Amino acid sequence: MSFINWASREINCKIVYYGPGLCGKTTNLQYIYKKTKPEAKGKMISLATETERTLFFDFLPLSLGDIRGFKTRFHLYTVPGQVFYDASRKLILKGVDGIVFVADSQEERIDANMESFENLKHNLIEQGYNLDQIPYVIQYNKRDLPNVVNTPELRRMLNQKNVPDFEAVASSGQGVFETLKAIAKQVLVELKKGK
Amino acid sequence: MAGPQMIMFDQEFKQISAIIERLNHEANAKVCYLVDKNGQLIASAGETAGIDSTSLASLTAGNIAATSGLAKLLGENEFSIVFHEGQRDNIHISLVGQRVILVVIFDSRTSLGLVRLKVRKISNELADIFNSLAQKAQSSGSQKTPFEEITDQDIDKLFSD
Ligand SMILES: Nc1nc2c(ncn2[C@@H]2O[C@H](COP(=O)(O)OP(=O)(O)O)[C@@H](O)[C@H]2O)c(=O)[nH]1
Ligand SMILES: [Mg+2]
Repeated sequence: MSFINWASREINCKIVYYGPGLCGKTTNLQYIYKKTKPEAKGKMISLATETERTLFFDFLPLSLGDIRGFKTRFHLYTVPGQVFYDASRKLILKGVDGIVFVADSQEERIDANMESFENLKHNLIEQGYNLDQIPYVIQYNKRDLPNVVNTPELRRMLNQKNVPDFEAVASSGQGVFETLKAIAKQVLVELKKGK
Repeated sequence: MAGPQMIMFDQEFKQISAIIERLNHEANAKVCYLVDKNGQLIASAGETAGIDSTSLASLTAGNIAATSGLAKLLGENEFSIVFHEGQRDNIHISLVGQRVILVVIFDSRTSLGLVRLKVRKISNELADIFNSLAQKAQSSGSQKTPFEEITDQDIDKLFSD
């Protein structure tokens, strides 16, 4: 749920990176953090376990600049991927304006991707949202690994709606900003429509 | 899109800011923040300089969200107050209406009792304003957003470098 502040002339939007455990959600945010100018970002917060698995969420505030005199701020969140953190995932989806679904392209993660995508739809409905009405994009991550499923095949499984989708290697940054731009743009276009 | 947007206008922003300034003063607190349940900062008062308010807002909302989740598990409607005691600073977090979180940070110059009392007193005032804001936002549902006239070029320009 975007927050338009006429007093401070700011607009805030919430983007959530969703996907199965270890697909590279946190890595996306880390790369964005690393490559963003200091004045355009806030602190990145990671609520993680001692082994750096996301426990509750990662959070990265970004300022993308002005549109028509309004500062545009995007709050990026990731969810914990493991199945047993479902309660936390639901909490983080509250108030979401746009979603990046990060898929793990490796063959052995196909089921995990599908399961997570179904889980996303389910959790959205439980919160009173619907994936048909929320801007989202898909990222096929880990394209650098040898055992990946080809993209048309992944697309057939995960992108029947034909939303914007991107191949990525989040650990080297490939595709990371393309994905972010695409979702930010969709969220702004949605705002332009006036909900 | 999902749910109504939160919209803040100049007039209400001034009223809200004045109220939490007063709270900060009367409770003898260090800082007061108002945070949207989704983690976005709405207003602040007091010694904000040394504090990363964006992080504070996000973590507070996460904290409240987790606490509400716990409450539901136990069949409680909502825990409306969370209190953390530190060695130097304490933090008092409460819900105003159903939508907004009030955060008060204070030290030994005051007491939990006083903070609690003052928070309770002004919560209704704040809730009234947020209710009328919500109504205003709904009734002006088709009212101009600042984005109505943006073009694709405006959006592309954001990403030009
Ligand atoms: N080879 C490869 N490894 C990746 C890529 N993206 C992330 N990783 C690694 O995958 C692991 C899990 O990533 P993480 O971002 O923590 O996953 P999350 O659970 O979705 O947050 C880490 O060791 C990353 O370095 C990628 O594109 N290629
Ligand atoms: Mg993670």
